[in-house]
Amino acid sequence: MPTKTTTTTTHAPQKGKTFYDDLNLIRKELDTCMKCGNCMAVCPVYGVTTVEAGVARGKIAIAEAVLSGELSLDDPHVYEMLFNCLVCKSCMQNCPTKINFDRIMLAIRAALVRKNGLFWLKKMIFGMLKNPKLFDAGMKVGAALSGIAFRDYKVKNEKLVSPRAPFAFVSGRLGLDADKVMPELTITPFRDRVAEVVTVEHHRIKAAFFPGCSINYFYPDTGMDIIEILKENSVEIHIPKDQNCCGVAVFAHGDVESARMLARNNIDAMEQAGVEYIIIGCGSCGGCWQHDYKELLRGDAVYGPMAEYWSKRIFEISVFLLDVVKYRKPRGKVDAVVTYHDSCHLKKTMKVFNEPREILKNIPGVTFKEMSKPDACCGMGGTYILTHYETGAEIGKKKIQDINSTGAGIITTGCPGCVMQLLDFSHRYGNAQKVRHYISLLAESYRNEKEDI
Amino acid sequence: MLDKAVVEKLKEIVGKKNVLTQKVDVITYSYDATADMPRQVPDIVVMPSTTEEVRKIVNLACIHNIALYPRGAGTNLSGGCIPLKQGVVVSFQHMNKILEVDPENLAAVVQPGVVIQDLNNAVAQYGLIYPPDPGTVTTATMGGSVAENSGGLRGLKYGVTKHYVMGMEVVLANGNKVRFGGKTVKNVTAYDFSNLFVGSEGTLGFITEITAKLIPAPKYRRTMMATYKTVEDAGNTVAGIIAAQVIPATLEIMDNMTIKTVEDYAKVGLPTDAAALLLIEVDGMAELVVLQEAEAVQKVVKNNRGDLNVATSDAERDKLWSARRAALPALAQLGNCVIIEDATVPRSKITNMLMACANIGEKYNVTIGTFGHAGDGNLHPTILADKNNKDEMDRVHKAVDEIFATALSFGGTLSGEHGIGIAKMKYLGDEIGQNGLDLMKSIKEALDPNYIINPGKMVPSKGA
Repeated sequence: MPTKTTTTTTHAPQKGKTFYDDLNLIRKELDTCMKCGNCMAVCPVYGVTTVEAGVARGKIAIAEAVLSGELSLDDPHVYEMLFNCLVCKSCMQNCPTKINFDRIMLAIRAALVRKNGLFWLKKMIFGMLKNPKLFDAGMKVGAALSGIAFRDYKVKNEKLVSPRAPFAFVSGRLGLDADKVMPELTITPFRDRVAEVVTVEHHRIKAAFFPGCSINYFYPDTGMDIIEILKENSVEIHIPKDQNCCGVAVFAHGDVESARMLARNNIDAMEQAGVEYIIIGCGSCGGCWQHDYKELLRGDAVYGPMAEYWSKRIFEISVFLLDVVKYRKPRGKVDAVVTYHDSCHLKKTMKVFNEPREILKNIPGVTFKEMSKPDACCGMGGTYILTHYETGAEIGKKKIQDINSTGAGIITTGCPGCVMQLLDFSHRYGNAQKVRHYISLLAESYRNEKEDI
Repeated sequence: MLDKAVVEKLKEIVGKKNVLTQKVDVITYSYDATADMPRQVPDIVVMPSTTEEVRKIVNLACIHNIALYPRGAGTNLSGGCIPLKQGVVVSFQHMNKILEVDPENLAAVVQPGVVIQDLNNAVAQYGLIYPPDPGTVTTATMGGSVAENSGGLRGLKYGVTKHYVMGMEVVLANGNKVRFGGKTVKNVTAYDFSNLFVGSEGTLGFITEITAKLIPAPKYRRTMMATYKTVEDAGNTVAGIIAAQVIPATLEIMDNMTIKTVEDYAKVGLPTDAAALLLIEVDGMAELVVLQEAEAVQKVVKNNRGDLNVATSDAERDKLWSARRAALPALAQLGNCVIIEDATVPRSKITNMLMACANIGEKYNVTIGTFGHAGDGNLHPTILADKNNKDEMDRVHKAVDEIFATALSFGGTLSGEHGIGIAKMKYLGDEIGQNGLDLMKSIKEALDPNYIINPGKMVPSKGA
């Protein structure tokens, strides 16, 4: 009996041009969709809107219509549909034919940008990202001036802000109303707080740390916690100054060339560091290193192989601690009832979900409570919460309601973006639970050892 | 295209935000989960929230003679939701409330857009279940599955959707609302309307409320897998289990093609030289009874030279089930066109049907993997093809014709659980004859004389 194995051709690496350069290359990926609709069971956007264009099956039908000429990329409704997706990859976990839906989404966004260019605001922001020095200066100016638009939101031991009245009024539709609670933009970013090389006596391993923008500008303390933990486990840490944004947002908005440039810069920075591993504390940055760079640079004879090399040497902090350095179990007590939210990029892209839980469960004093749907998206989706506030807020509300039922006082997660969203929504619909990167609890446990003595 | 005034009127009825008119939106209502079907883009999609809104939509459609296409989640496998003549898709996704769970009467009242799994989640706290479990249980709606009379993996012991509908509210094609049945176990008042509308595939009226029957969840279960060197041995095991007076909740079969493909795809440790595989699960409320049933099954398996694997923990059960769950995804990797049929034969003809499917695959040189519900004779010959290869698709169509003819020759039926829709309409006369077709036409025209509701499904359109 003849057996055609279209699988190998469907998922085989593209030589030369990629999906992101030629939309026609995505056709085989589209063809594998059976329209079974299993994606409906897990899609957060569809869960709120219950409109077929919201879910992967519908978006694939639209992509098919674009390829056949039935729909035009110039149709503003096509544009809106394309960006009404968090690219959370939940559908991909539930897809019987394992369609790479993220590629379809990003390829068609890239086609849109190729055809019509970038929206001016995106062009401006992405242009800044490509110039790390300018971006860094801009973020610091922003931090210094943030008091004009934001007031302090007083919570014990936490630096939070809320939009001031006039700004809240005009930005309410973006979710930046007066109830919004956000982390403070730091005046001294993480990378200005640490040396380029953090040495330890008798180091066992040398590794680079790639903090990404969120840790660098919003959560420098998380970065410091990671450094502390790595030092505790005799890891010499390199934080190359020339690294820049991972490019996930640029890429997600279809600006392929900027994403490629950022990828090459980051690879250069790491190549020069002379390390064996890269550690990340953010699933989105990790996903870029593990998957997107090698896809983006597949046709690049110089950087393609390097991207491939680093894709195997990128480690999320918990996996690095458990599998590579066999970390020392902490002894300091952290009395807390804790739940863990699976960041989409961490679980669905990097397949990291057991390790953070293991880290948490090994902290003395921690009572771990699982929520009913820990890997349901939080609704942040990078810029999604700004562009689709109503839907994102409904998704966030469901998440917090699930978290409320655990009774946990601390919500942890492995993604700074999720931290930001969960923080806001725990104040809106929750019990103002504390929200922390899970790794900070490990750092706290190590610190408490010293106090316990 | 629809008259502008009609569109405005529809917006008035359901509210502007519940009407989809943009091309990008309506294109996504042009299909369901059925492969190899014509695609027709509807003019407009409306999403009513109340029965009253449904009535108004139907009244408007009557006045302007507009085709209405009811739709739940669009997961059916017979083309039941495809809008053949453009017209208006009526999506029930926004009528998704569980109105009442009544454990005392073992009943639940739901709106049609409730997802089956959501109902099960809601009744679990009372130790109850709603047994029909089509493969789409996490996405399909109650309204859709009632209209299609969906089956599932537990049909042999627990029956199918029609056994769990106690009452309904239906909006007829003349705009009238009728309610019948209810929470009583016994009810012989009037005609048995439930059985008229269950499985009517949305051609006779709009189901706007369902009173569903619930049962206590079985407390104990035992799961086993058996592999066989010959299809006959597997078929004899199925007969032997029933002869031993055991009715398993699940009695699934897979042919060699499916076993090989699953193993290649999921690496679950199946013997790829096995001719057939059975997945058997017995369940019940008393542990001793379940264990006795499991022992009886094991004896039958051994007598028929089956290689037995019994799960002793939930993890092991999950492993055995993973093979069955992988059947469709694994087969689907073999082609971009996945045609899943549900030709069904009397249980005693399972062996003959499995072998016939394999022979048909060879005869027409098409890839067919067959798996399905051996206990109730409901097989899923699944054909994998390249939709862009015309010659291959022609051979596929011939193979499908022959599969149905074979099932009928064994005293079987065209459809065990997927329905007729548009996919199997041309074969309908082969099973029920001209008089049967005439009867269907009479019923359709008595309830929907102008062919407003889901025209072209099950019964040919007027004049067609």
